[in-house]
Amino acid sequence: MSTEPGAHRLAVVGGGVMGTNIAALAIGHGVPVVLVEVSEEVLAESKQTVAFKLRHAQLTGKLPAGRTPAKLVTSLSLEDAAEATTVIEAVTEIAETKIEVLREVSRIVRPGTLLISNTSCIPIDEMAAAVARPEELVGVHFMNPAYMIEMVEVIRGPRTGDDAMKAVTELLETLGRACLVVNDAPGFVINRVLHPLINSAALLVQNGVAPVEVVDGLLEGCLGHSTGPLRTADLIGLDNLVDSLNVLYERTGDESCRPCDLMLDLVRAGKHGRKTGEGFYDYRKVAS
Amino acid sequence: MTEQTTTTSPLTAEAVESALTEYLTDKTKTEIKPEDDVFASGLVSSMFAMQLVVHLESTYDIAIIGPELKLDNFRTARVMAELVLRLSENGADSHV
Repeated sequence: MSTEPGAHRLAVVGGGVMGTNIAALAIGHGVPVVLVEVSEEVLAESKQTVAFKLRHAQLTGKLPAGRTPAKLVTSLSLEDAAEATTVIEAVTEIAETKIEVLREVSRIVRPGTLLISNTSCIPIDEMAAAVARPEELVGVHFMNPAYMIEMVEVIRGPRTGDDAMKAVTELLETLGRACLVVNDAPGFVINRVLHPLINSAALLVQNGVAPVEVVDGLLEGCLGHSTGPLRTADLIGLDNLVDSLNVLYERTGDESCRPCDLMLDLVRAGKHGRKTGEGFYDYRKVAS
Repeated sequence: MTEQTTTTSPLTAEAVESALTEYLTDKTKTEIKPEDDVFASGLVSSMFAMQLVVHLESTYDIAIIGPELKLDNFRTARVMAELVLRLSENGADSHV
């Protein structure tokens, strides 16, 4: 691979928040994308979302000057990932789902194709066991929105090969991302720190110690966090957060990772954060 | 039977500026003046800027693309009004 956009062909599996983020990032940097989803309806929505995010990236000056956006192709079939130089899975944060997608896609692509899991918590080696060539699998934890935040967390699994690490570094450079590499563990670095913090913040609200705005206000005002943990949770999506906390709790037994009742209640009520208009905060009426 | 008449008045900077000031005041729940920088004040995020893009496009039937799609064009109601006038045929006609 190289750092020339034309040398890359990306397949992104999953057209949710992160899949559309990554697709917008890639085409905005001149790397063509095949976006694979499970239904026509979801694909149509994902396509619109990518177009919206691409405009947002341009509006905020996050795209490289003078680079023509590449083409986005949508597909209902994983077979259309066959010609990709890199496949990024960005499906739901449930180990079985990710493993199934990676197992299937690794049989479709040619040897030497970089496989990336955009997991936020699941150890890479759990997924490596299922793919045809474990040395080609690496974890890349993009932040949300991926086209706005330059730094990503790269996870090298115990079986990840040197060629895959070189390929991922070149791809990320092409996409204008900086990366820091960590070893494999549940939640890696970012979410092993962030998720228990968010859960603890929510528990304080649940127990009446302080309201949402006060918890966030203290971490922002006193500790210099640019965004408080509960507003961050709304951005991540509370449904995704609960999935990730479950992954962490099941693998570490750490009680601070067991999703608190307040968070579970919000998810059950369909209040998933920014994407549904309400979570810890209400985004429906005011500019935000 | 009713008779309906439609009048299309040319866009003026003052009218657009006034409508946008009202829109921003409503959305931010804060009194906004035409020259207030809504991003510098921290009242809105860049995601809200996208709402402004969509609002301007649908309200004034314009397409904000290419080099015009930049944050600096959305900082104040006055600057947005200038953008609308630039991109709107109606507004352009009014200057002829």
